[in-house]
Amino acid sequence: MLNLKINGVDVQVEEGSTILDAAKKAGVYIPTLCHREDLKAMGVCRLCVVEVKGAKTLQASCVTPAAEGMEVRTNTPFIRKARKTILELILSNHPMECPTCLRNGNCELQKLSSQLNITEMPFEGERSRYEKDETTPAIVRDPNKCILCRRCVNVCNDIQGIGVLEPHHRGFRTSIDPSFCEGLYRMPCSQCGQCVMACPTGALTERDDTEKVFEALADPNKFVVVQTAPAVRVALGEAFGMEPGSIVTGQMVAALRKLGFDRVFDTDFTADLTIMEEGSEFIERLEAGGKLPLITSCSPGWIKFCEHFYPEFLDNLSTCKSPQQMMGALIKTYYAAKAGLNPENIVVVSVMPCTAKKFEAQRGEMVSSGYIDVDIAITTRELSRMIKEMGIDISKLEPEEYDLPLGISTGAGVIFGATGGVMEAAIRTAYELVSGKELEDINFTPVRGLNGIKEAELAINGTILKAAVAHGLANARKLLEAVKAGQKTYHFIEVMACPGGCLGGGGQIIPTDNDVRQKRMQAIYEADKSMRLRKSHENPAVQQLYRDFLIKPLSHRAHELLHTDYTPRPRVLARE
Amino acid sequence: MPDKNIFDVSDEDLIWVEQQVDKHGKKKGELIQILRDVQEHFGFIPRKVQVRLSELLDVTLSEIYSIVTFYAFFSLKPKGKYQISCCKGTACYVRGAEKIIEKISQYLKIQPGDTTDDGLFSLDVIRCLGACGLGPVMMINDDVYARLKPEDITGIISRYEPPFRDYSEVMRQQREEAKTKEKFAVEPSRRLAPI
Repeated sequence: MLNLKINGVDVQVEEGSTILDAAKKAGVYIPTLCHREDLKAMGVCRLCVVEVKGAKTLQASCVTPAAEGMEVRTNTPFIRKARKTILELILSNHPMECPTCLRNGNCELQKLSSQLNITEMPFEGERSRYEKDETTPAIVRDPNKCILCRRCVNVCNDIQGIGVLEPHHRGFRTSIDPSFCEGLYRMPCSQCGQCVMACPTGALTERDDTEKVFEALADPNKFVVVQTAPAVRVALGEAFGMEPGSIVTGQMVAALRKLGFDRVFDTDFTADLTIMEEGSEFIERLEAGGKLPLITSCSPGWIKFCEHFYPEFLDNLSTCKSPQQMMGALIKTYYAAKAGLNPENIVVVSVMPCTAKKFEAQRGEMVSSGYIDVDIAITTRELSRMIKEMGIDISKLEPEEYDLPLGISTGAGVIFGATGGVMEAAIRTAYELVSGKELEDINFTPVRGLNGIKEAELAINGTILKAAVAHGLANARKLLEAVKAGQKTYHFIEVMACPGGCLGGGGQIIPTDNDVRQKRMQAIYEADKSMRLRKSHENPAVQQLYRDFLIKPLSHRAHELLHTDYTPRPRVLARE
Repeated sequence: MPDKNIFDVSDEDLIWVEQQVDKHGKKKGELIQILRDVQEHFGFIPRKVQVRLSELLDVTLSEIYSIVTFYAFFSLKPKGKYQISCCKGTACYVRGAEKIIEKISQYLKIQPGDTTDDGLFSLDVIRCLGACGLGPVMMINDDVYARLKPEDITGIISRYEPPFRDYSEVMRQQREEAKTKEKFAVEPSRRLAPI
């Protein structure tokens, strides 16, 4: 243990801690900008500078190791002035477009400049000018708003293991860009949106599709159907000042009706359906000696990543479309017929915790019904903005129920929103379908929690099935490398692109950190617990869908509408 | 401009790149060495080579591009037949290097880092040739020009322009002679620190 003094207060920290850690322990607040708990410290923004007795210059507390006997001051007039100057210099190369920025009111730079009481701009000079990159369906980059904190760089490299973004050039010309400073669309980007979650400003945002949704809602000839993903209900409340982990399912449904959607369906329904299809696919592969391990395909960021970096595993991917796409395909066929609607006039909007869903929705394969499965995919953040724009306060709404029949779901559908959830839901169903026995404990806890890679075993009818769960693409990479090298063998693997699974998705409410992820995860399992039905195969609406329309899992019609295929994509750079 | 295809890389060129990678070893740590060879071989770092290196070394393309754009030693555009390196180190700077660079820029109609359309000249600003006492200093390929004044520039550069004979060759001969007479006290280094 090390003993040091911060602002005259004694504090003890473990070896290897930084001054910032020590300050936190001593209850002393130091403003930070480029620092994030879950990313490596860079010390580039210099906002966290402190005075260390004996040091010639101010030290960045996030990267300076604490040392025995150190005396640190964090609030002298000199530091106060230095901090302000540092922030003023950052602001001097920042376009002051706050009122029209997507991050207005939720921007760390804005918050800090208010906190540090910056009231004028003493520095004026040349400003960098870059073109906005709007080449992908999911992510918009505006390097003009970039403050070069490198949080996106670290998240893309270390957490997602992709490394599309890097600082290029040097000095005043430095910019954080994809290679050749070209459009993101040519890069092997998974469009997971974790860079957006990490960005302190509006330099990286989702593509805003709210206007398209408002347009559809205003069109009297359109029948607008919305579906909401499992993880949206445990995060949306945060945008309205609620505690992380608040479950707002009912209020969200009420708000969606108020916005004018004709039907509100639950993606949890198709999550249950995914379990039926994917579970059957798994059993089929297991019995017929098909390609194993079977790898889940619900996460579009993971799918795109796999297409770029692991084409050799494409045959291992479940051919199931993601629940979002299944729902779209069913709405335009099964539901349209049931409700007597012309699918041409139906607009399917999906609310997802995900930016990559925007990419998925426009993939060329997703039109098997003759119509595009999902017309518009919006993120949790975009929904929160739509609700705010219409002046709706969701905390004051009476909870409402989803519409029938595609709004009926089980607890197994809800837990799709957390890492390990698909695995657990699949086990709940597969075990009972194969063994004919009931599970002793429906809560399959080895696959729960925020560990990067989780392993579990389950005996069904005497066969030991090995499963693994990875979340965050760097973890997926680790897992796949181990499988490729033959160090590990599994029967079933679940991969989610984002840390924590969908509840930490790139379309979720900002800020999202491990603490928030944990709380949302608790909420997901709480929501599961509160459901009457908790196994996908017990979902009566799914059973009816099979009886009336699909006949049985993996039937010809199911294959046509609910399954898809994958294409290898270039690992380095796509052709223009 | 040297014809457009100058940026194109043939299959043989890519095989050459693969050979370099084999020579140095397929390690991420060898990237900068390999890039140096590439720079010397092609006179710049072609895009296709960056893509190929990314595949071969399993380094992200973004990281390679990041290195190429960070170090002034590497360039993304082909260098001219005559590379003008103008020193803007402290000593040359206070002796008026800025004006020299401005004059060259004006005369050749290029900015530092660029190459003239005919591919004859490229201009780079560098830091310290180790001839501080003689500043401002510039080099055209291996030829050193010292104690420059802006009005010297046109005359010096025009020596390299057609229809004049290859002045570089004349200078080289002079240098050879000088060497034998041991008149040159300063042997400027070609290995330059990045700006």
